[in-house]
Amino acid sequence: MVNLELRRQVINVYKELLFLGREYPLGYQYFRDRLHRAFASQTQITDDEQIRKGIARAEFVKKEVEALYYLKRYRTLKKRYGSEA
Amino acid sequence: MSGLRILVPVKRVIDYAIKPRINKAQTGVETAGVKHSLNPFDELSIEEAIRLRERKGPIKVEDILALSAGGPKTPDVLRTAMAMGADRAFHIDVPEKGDAGLEPLTIAKMLQAVVKEQNVNLVLLGKQAIDGDQGQTGQMLAGLLGWPQATQASKIEIKDEAGTIEVTHEVDGGVETLRTKLPMVITTDLRLNEPRYASLPNIMKAKKKPLEKKTLADLGVEDVRKLKTVKVTEPPPRKGGGKVEDVDGLIAKLKELGAL
Repeated sequence: MVNLELRRQVINVYKELLFLGREYPLGYQYFRDRLHRAFASQTQITDDEQIRKGIARAEFVKKEVEALYYLKRYRTLKKRYGSEA
Repeated sequence: MSGLRILVPVKRVIDYAIKPRINKAQTGVETAGVKHSLNPFDELSIEEAIRLRERKGPIKVEDILALSAGGPKTPDVLRTAMAMGADRAFHIDVPEKGDAGLEPLTIAKMLQAVVKEQNVNLVLLGKQAIDGDQGQTGQMLAGLLGWPQATQASKIEIKDEAGTIEVTHEVDGGVETLRTKLPMVITTDLRLNEPRYASLPNIMKAKKKPLEKKTLADLGVEDVRKLKTVKVTEPPPRKGGGKVEDVDGLIAKLKELGAL
């Protein structure tokens, strides 16, 4: 029996990650392929608890990517505008 | 003091990660078909406005108004600002003429009109835009309004209900803390905060937030240009250093250059 609520959550987090991937430094294609593979490799999971863990991991990755973007921008700007070299 | 009404002026600029190319006529940089985004320093000022609200300090934040002047694509950055947490936005429609856009003084006058009209008591601006790098608007606006200003803030604190504000900014060899009262103008430095990411669900929600379109004439401001861009050129390419074989080679080279 498929848990519809979890299914919705998985699709949502996938969409949000795809959206984040549009700005990925190595290109959208690179990010999308890997993201797709990561999700596809988990399709056999049926246990609700396992799926929840998977969603939590996806949320974690989302935060990591956001942090990566922030740091990349911060460092570039600091290099450009910082007083010390 | 009833509540904070914050105005956050923002600018749509060429994305920081893109290397700007100079156009053939050498009058500016190529903007057509280039990825644009919200000026990073403006992201900091929006984030700070939202944090002032979330911190639940002595004065409640009543309104966060984002504003931007520019062509038909300007609403993109205003949506980003509202996705981050601004309540509403004004788009001042200024036709694109293929130049650098409005001058800081014109923008300051426009902001002055908005401040009066919308009863704003705190203006949070990025210290500069990463395209023109002029860094003048905040200071000019403070001058026109006759308000106190704190530039390049690295920390902003509201001290009491009377509207006392303490702003810390970095100076050579240390930090300087300024204290003043509302209303005031603050410009933001890179280290002020870590702007949040405008996530997909929030961008969707931001589409429902009010975005008003206005013109310069509505605000009683004229687009006057006092500066003429004579020429834009690339900096000379960096010359690479040479390699020397051994110590003797190094000494010979140093002598040749007159360093020994």
